[in-house]
Amino acid sequence: MSWMRFLRRRHWDRERSQEIEGYFEIETADNIARGMTPGDAADAARRKFGNPTLIREEIYRMNTIIWLDSVAQDVRHGLRTMVANPGFSLIAILSLALGIGANTAIFQLVDAVSLRTLPIKNPDELVRIEVVGGNRGMGVIDGFGDLTRPMWEEIRRDHSPFSGVFAWSTERISVGEGKDFHVARGIVVSGEFFRVLRVEPWRGRLLAPEDEHACPGNTAAVSYAFWQSKLGGREINGDTKLLIDGRLRQIVGVTPPSFLGLTVGERFDIALPECMPKQLRTDSFEVLVMGRLKRGWTITSASAQLAGVSPGLMAATEITGYDSSIVKKYRQFKLGAYDASTGVSDLRDTYDSSLWLLLAITGLVLLIACANLANLMLARASTREREIAVRLALGAARARVLRQLLVESSLLALIGAVLGIGLAEFLSRVLVLALSNEEGGIGLATGMDWRVLIFAGAVATLTCVIFGFAPSFRASSADPVNAMKGGGRSMTAGRERFSFQRSMVVTQISVSLVLLVGAFLFVRSFHNLMTFNPGMREEGITLAFIGFEKSNVPHDRMEEFTRQLIDEVRSIPGVLNAASTTHVPLIGGSWGHQITIGKTEGGANFTWASRGYFDTMGIPLLSGRGFNEGDTAASERVAVVNQTFVRRYLSGADPIGQTLRTHPEPGYPSTVYQIVGVMADSKYQNLRDETPPFVIAPFTQFPDPRPGTALVIHSRLPAAVIEDSVKRRLGEKHPEIVASVGSFQTWIREGLLRERLMAMLSGFFGFLAALLGMIGLYGVISYLVTQRGQEIGIRVALGANRGQVVWMVMREAGLMLAIGVTVGTALSLAAGRAAESLLFGLKSSDPLTLVAAIGLLVAIGALASFVPARRASQLDPMNALRSD
Amino acid sequence: MKKRAEILQGTLDMLILQAIAPGPAHGHTIAYVIERRSEDVLLVEHGSLYPALHRLEDRGWIASFWGTSENNRKARYYRLTAAGRKQLSVETSRWERVVRAVNQVLRPAEE
Repeated sequence: MSWMRFLRRRHWDRERSQEIEGYFEIETADNIARGMTPGDAADAARRKFGNPTLIREEIYRMNTIIWLDSVAQDVRHGLRTMVANPGFSLIAILSLALGIGANTAIFQLVDAVSLRTLPIKNPDELVRIEVVGGNRGMGVIDGFGDLTRPMWEEIRRDHSPFSGVFAWSTERISVGEGKDFHVARGIVVSGEFFRVLRVEPWRGRLLAPEDEHACPGNTAAVSYAFWQSKLGGREINGDTKLLIDGRLRQIVGVTPPSFLGLTVGERFDIALPECMPKQLRTDSFEVLVMGRLKRGWTITSASAQLAGVSPGLMAATEITGYDSSIVKKYRQFKLGAYDASTGVSDLRDTYDSSLWLLLAITGLVLLIACANLANLMLARASTREREIAVRLALGAARARVLRQLLVESSLLALIGAVLGIGLAEFLSRVLVLALSNEEGGIGLATGMDWRVLIFAGAVATLTCVIFGFAPSFRASSADPVNAMKGGGRSMTAGRERFSFQRSMVVTQISVSLVLLVGAFLFVRSFHNLMTFNPGMREEGITLAFIGFEKSNVPHDRMEEFTRQLIDEVRSIPGVLNAASTTHVPLIGGSWGHQITIGKTEGGANFTWASRGYFDTMGIPLLSGRGFNEGDTAASERVAVVNQTFVRRYLSGADPIGQTLRTHPEPGYPSTVYQIVGVMADSKYQNLRDETPPFVIAPFTQFPDPRPGTALVIHSRLPAAVIEDSVKRRLGEKHPEIVASVGSFQTWIREGLLRERLMAMLSGFFGFLAALLGMIGLYGVISYLVTQRGQEIGIRVALGANRGQVVWMVMREAGLMLAIGVTVGTALSLAAGRAAESLLFGLKSSDPLTLVAAIGLLVAIGALASFVPARRASQLDPMNALRSD
Repeated sequence: MKKRAEILQGTLDMLILQAIAPGPAHGHTIAYVIERRSEDVLLVEHGSLYPALHRLEDRGWIASFWGTSENNRKARYYRLTAAGRKQLSVETSRWERVVRAVNQVLRPAEE
């Protein structure tokens, strides 16, 4: 009812005033009839009636909701003020939209990567069971693998803290054949997977224990996205079948659209039932085990229970084929439970700290933008001082004026926030694209959720408070008498008002220095990585990862088959050299063995490569020899080691002729290698890590030949051309083999995605911050010059020369710069620690970076203050004194 | 001039309802009727008449329409709705109860 009234209040106001008008006419007519003159009659009617406006107001008050109406008034007034100052409003709204948009976009990524819980029932109950502290490089680690299958079988047998447990792993699987062939992202799940997660089927049924019992299975479930794109969203029935890894499988059901799997950033396509081999490897950490906590159990109590059963569990699943020292270490493993409510993620491990840092950076940029706006608002408020003074003098309540000013800044913040949220959607999509690599996009759900909305709302509110509150409060507390009297007539502006603006500018300068230092650090760190010499050839190297399982090469002929492949690739025109290797450096991945040299024990990384490897990769041999035709499967085992190896294990001694012995592992019996050469140090797993002790042995002596290899190919032809010819040549000769070919540099650069992202974004935001800070400085100095126009005019009239005026103004700016830079340096040094682990080749306290950032800031600061200073010096004293 | 009395709080609504009970009337007539019937004892303040009309209409006791006055002026006429008629009888009987009670207090001996 009252809302109806409220909405129709204008209508009623019109109606009533017409009615009152009617009354006057009737009363006047009556009065005339009583014999009054028309003028007297009207006056008498009015006297009798009283103040019609008061009556109208009373009726209006009955209809309206007072505070809402006055807020609406404020909003209208605010909108009018905005339209009246389009330049200011545009700057304010755009900088807020950019600031809030950037913050929200980065937060969306943080949310999607790190905060969002899995879309399953009670995700907080989900825990991941891991070896406390990791498996310390033992055995073979596959993908996300935490535990071995024997461990999983033990946990499955006894899992009292959990209402259910399941195991899963990720796998690339090939689907279809011929032109329909494609590679899909698979998850291999134990029978309990969907039941424990409580994921309900969207269509058909999901995998259950019976699917696992039918081993090797002939069933599979697919994700909603895969069902839509590859199966056309057709109903699931007995004929829905797919050729998966060469096996025709029945598709039994579809998972709901919200369920993307348990890996953040990588949606699964197909779920296959686990099929455990008869012989389980005790050293292959290949499955993730998760469980749902029973009611009353916590992560801590579950961890304690797991730690209690660990000794028995480890004894029952003991690692075999290894040294007693490894076995002893294995027996001491303890299991623990870890929160898995947000799933598992490579992205999180890689990007978590970078994203939080970026969020801090964008937050600071917004802070600078807010400080700028606060100064603008304040400057504007002082020009409106007389308007406000008049309103106060006319009896407006201070609270009312304050509210009106706050409504104005809230309006700006609100419009900025709405635009910013729209912008964020776009920005976060761009960022997700930037994070994607050649293997395909990352499937992140970056959409809006309540966290993002709360975040954006909080940011907008905070913004509004920062840039709106202080100026509004000051403006509304103006003393009307002084304001009316003052009005630009004062000789010098009050220092007190300036102190607020000054402190804003000092804040801006110090924060932009922090961001500028950050920008320099990340850009230089990225530059260091890009120009870093890894100790091997990067340019002109093409990689070909080849799988020839289908060629049915007998075990003892694999080495020969690989040699044939190398020869075929070498005969391609333009190819200078080619070699095969078990491990390609710099693109992640490592292979290590425990070794003994003399009495020293330790670890070293191992690669088996063909003869041409050193030449192809441009790794110089410092002494001894490389491999030759005499190094065969039958001859003595030989190896080339790097300088780090020599330093670590052979200090002082001549390495050539020394022997090293590997410790046994399944498939890799203990072997004695004679060192025949020393190669220069080169990077191993990636550019960042220190070079490890590293051994290369001849490919012919690789103890565990497999139907696959990596080829490194050196050519001066453009990468695209050579990739094409390699693919074509291999395809002609061996249509059955699977090859993935690409440029070495591209692979390396993909590993630097995080660094590139940090360099790009922090660079962008750093310079944006510096720019904003300088705009702030420029604005305040300009304002100061305007305020002190008369003072300057008098000085000039009294004989001050131009240089003295410039100096006077610049000194003002110089003081703010000096304080800002000092505070900023201290802040940078403190904040730098957060970035330390993300930097390469320089420290966060790198003096050169700090000096460069300060230099740049001071230079543009001087420029920003010189312009208004010069303008001040050119003031015509007559004009300045005459004005206002 | 007779001494005029302010209308007792809460009774104006009842008086208005009563004034238009015979048939529709506009604001001027309503004020006139109340003043005449009370032999000019009661003075209708216009400052409260129009807000009162608005309030009554808002409660659905009276309804209004635009019409033409006796001397051909545009005027807003009010008539009693069914709810208003019921309200009038409620208020009248309550008023009578109050008057009787007040009288009993003032003249207990006559009982």
